[in-house]
Amino acid sequence: MEQLLSKIATNEQHGENSSYFHGWKAYDNDPYHPTQNPNGVIQMGLAENQLSFDLVEEWITKHPSASICTSEGVQMFRDIAIFQDYHGLTEFRNAVARFMGKVRGGRVSFDPARIVLAGGATGASELITFCLADPGDAFLVPTPYYPAFDRDLKWRTGIQLIPVICESSNNFKITKEALEEAFQNAQKSSIKVKGVIIANPSNPLGTTVERETQITLVNFINEKQIHLVCDEIYSATIFSRPNFISIAEIIEEVECNRDLIHIIYSLSKDMGFPGFRVGIVYSYNDAVVNCGRKMSSFGLVSSQTQHFLASMLSDDEFVDDFLKTSSMRLAKRHQTFTSGLEEVGIKCLNSNAGLFCWMDLRPLLKEPTFEAEMVLWRLIIHKVKLNVSPGFSFHCVEPGWFRVCFANMDDATLEIALKRIRIFIQATVKKSDVPAKKSKQWQKNLRLSFSGGSRCEYEESLKSPSVMSPHSPMSPAQLVQTRT
Amino acid sequence: MKLLSRKATCNSHGQDSSYFLGWQEYEKNPYDEVRNPTGIIQMGLAESQLSFDLLESWLAENPDASGFTRNGESIFRELALFQDYHGLPAFKKALAEFMEEIRGNKVTFDPRNLVLTAGATSANETLAFCIAEPGEAFLLPTPYYPGFDRDLKWRTGVEIVPIQCTGSNGFRITESALEDAYQLARKQNLRVKGVLVTNPSNPLGTALSRQELNLLVSFISAKNIHLISDEIYSGTVFSSPSFVSVMEVLLERNLANTQVWNRVHLVYSLSKDLGLPGFRVGAIYSNDNTVVAAATKMSSFGLVSSQTQYLLSAMLADKKFTKHYIFENQVRLQKRHAMLVRGLKNAGISCLDSNAGLFCWVDMRHLLTSKSFDAEMELWKKIVYQVGLNISPGSSCHCAEPGWFRVCFANMLEETLDLAMQRIKDFVVSTATKSSNTGRSHHLSSKYSARKSLSKWVFRLSFHHDSENER
Repeated sequence: MEQLLSKIATNEQHGENSSYFHGWKAYDNDPYHPTQNPNGVIQMGLAENQLSFDLVEEWITKHPSASICTSEGVQMFRDIAIFQDYHGLTEFRNAVARFMGKVRGGRVSFDPARIVLAGGATGASELITFCLADPGDAFLVPTPYYPAFDRDLKWRTGIQLIPVICESSNNFKITKEALEEAFQNAQKSSIKVKGVIIANPSNPLGTTVERETQITLVNFINEKQIHLVCDEIYSATIFSRPNFISIAEIIEEVECNRDLIHIIYSLSKDMGFPGFRVGIVYSYNDAVVNCGRKMSSFGLVSSQTQHFLASMLSDDEFVDDFLKTSSMRLAKRHQTFTSGLEEVGIKCLNSNAGLFCWMDLRPLLKEPTFEAEMVLWRLIIHKVKLNVSPGFSFHCVEPGWFRVCFANMDDATLEIALKRIRIFIQATVKKSDVPAKKSKQWQKNLRLSFSGGSRCEYEESLKSPSVMSPHSPMSPAQLVQTRT
Repeated sequence: MKLLSRKATCNSHGQDSSYFLGWQEYEKNPYDEVRNPTGIIQMGLAESQLSFDLLESWLAENPDASGFTRNGESIFRELALFQDYHGLPAFKKALAEFMEEIRGNKVTFDPRNLVLTAGATSANETLAFCIAEPGEAFLLPTPYYPGFDRDLKWRTGVEIVPIQCTGSNGFRITESALEDAYQLARKQNLRVKGVLVTNPSNPLGTALSRQELNLLVSFISAKNIHLISDEIYSGTVFSSPSFVSVMEVLLERNLANTQVWNRVHLVYSLSKDLGLPGFRVGAIYSNDNTVVAAATKMSSFGLVSSQTQYLLSAMLADKKFTKHYIFENQVRLQKRHAMLVRGLKNAGISCLDSNAGLFCWVDMRHLLTSKSFDAEMELWKKIVYQVGLNISPGSSCHCAEPGWFRVCFANMLEETLDLAMQRIKDFVVSTATKSSNTGRSHHLSSKYSARKSLSKWVFRLSFHHDSENER
């Protein structure tokens, strides 16, 4: 019987049946609410910035003309409603370019003519891939990386992702050796590498990429004449030193073919506006801008939203205040959360950015395997009732790491989350064979034990019509897919 | 090694076509009543600017939708965070009901089968990704919307094979044309995955007849392929016969919940019916759950802004408003259409009989110096540069016969349309006069533009200034 739909429509390459989303399903079925469902699952798997809406709401109240629907702004309604030019509103591009410059402390400036609109960073990532690579070509991507890159970069484009292995031994830094190794592996399999894609700051690590590493990257791609795509979506979430250094700054210092340099951006994280679908591709390559612009027809930003944001982002006073305040609030959140974890002996990777921590739960693993990570994860979801994201879903090569988001809830909820973690750790320590010692001590000896229910019970609870049966965690070897 | 992808360096985006080049010329020399009265009048843009006043007064009466508030309370945060690709439930419900109303409530739409996309542009591309593999084909009746070359083929690698329709029968789709197209695809070793029609048609401005719809349903049934019905202009039917959606025909034939039922998909948008192309609101409607599921995931690449969904959910839920708007808008469209038809008739030019859309399909075959596409191009350039009207040549719509042009009537003021009609009349008169006097001269003294020789223009294919992508 002939296949009626395409392979793309019927394969699993969208990645949405991966167990990454299992936690979300658990959350959707039993969401925490302070009064209505105080024992529900707290969502800590969603990298959203909810800390500074009050600043935006205040601005909106004071600037009714930013909306084309209010009596103050309606005279712009028809011009905006008609505007579908894929260049985007000039004032919007100008405002975004300006904003991006401010986020980088004014150390570099951006040319509005190089700004290409896209449907969120999701759309931007796919768009740049369509411009740079043909089906079967590959991009190198440092692990651990944002799970949805698998969908965004590969699904409809037909490209492959080859991992550049990063390890905790050097705080997951990207090394020249790892880059070379990934490149050589690709060559051996006759896979054409078209570029490297990094996220700076990193998701899930929450760290900014150092100057030396970026210089290494630029030299690497320049030597091989392949592209470098930098996803700088978290660029305004830096809350402590070291400062953020954008690729835009690096290329001012380091000689390279600028036709190879591209930036992905969005307002979803820095401003907390994922619903507005503002994605940006900024390329130093004229042909890419040209082609990308035509492709942006498939995911333009609503003109209503462009107009609104153009107004907001060109308000210098507001932007300066927002960036400063948001950063401070993120710093405080990060501090509260990490110190809360420290109290019970849980360490996180030292981080200075992002909306999450990269939590080290290796000491809690029964054994250093992904199976054990999976077991621990299910425990956290179903017993501790926190939706956190397991390292394997980010293609981390070492089991035991978890990404935990801290900016998508209020202070009280964060406290409750910490309390649950405290209780869980303390209960676990009590049940272990090793007598309770100082917090640092037990980390070395801890063996996880269950209380109140067997492993089978947990696995049974996972099986429901809407939940796929657990996948075995991906091993790094499975990440390199050869094209049949 | 080649730096960019093949997609980036090929021409499949279709933007080198004359359809878009005419716009460029317009943009360099746009008509303005006061500042540039001899500029080019844009008649290549299928937009409706006729009913903004209705929208604006609705906004004035509905402050909640205007600001980010619900019952006076700010919901900004909620909207700013909302990125669920299932869409705002209130919006999908309102949109589904709006679509039902346009079809006289003869069909029902389940909001769960509706997928929101960034405009119909994205909807069509998404369906192509869902239905066909690279190298497979869709059959499309000609003439068709030039943007389909980009939307259906560019990044998907899918092919289009034309179903040739001709003026001899009003460009209606015939059984033999369908079969010929299918065979043509086979000869080219292309597996046909479906047929895509626009109903009402762009550029014809005609609603598909019940007969054509039945033909299509039988055809796809027999060949076991899909049918995509792009019904973006469904709300612009301004005179009889009233609009019949393919969904209605399926119901009439008791095909609900059959295999064929699952292979018919609609595309919709608010760009034409509500005149809101800037808001990027498109939708796919399918009875096939796999298609809905896949398309929903793909919509991640082009979701509708939550701010826009919220505004429109309130607007479309106001049934009193939508009823009034649809009716009044159609009245205004009919009036404009009549004006254009009359004005052209006055110049001895006829149009295809049409009852929908924002344009007419104009017959200028008698003005061609020869029955060829070269002559069509020649005529077109005269009209753009000497008459000062940007209209769309039939060849850009893949029309099988030269001499037809799409002329839009809803995207300008009434006075401007009047002026355009005057210019055409003058052009026709002077062409008739000159050709009877001089026989062969094509150099018309132009009041409208001081353009240089046309041949120079033909070779200027590089442009630094890309044009809009309207239909």
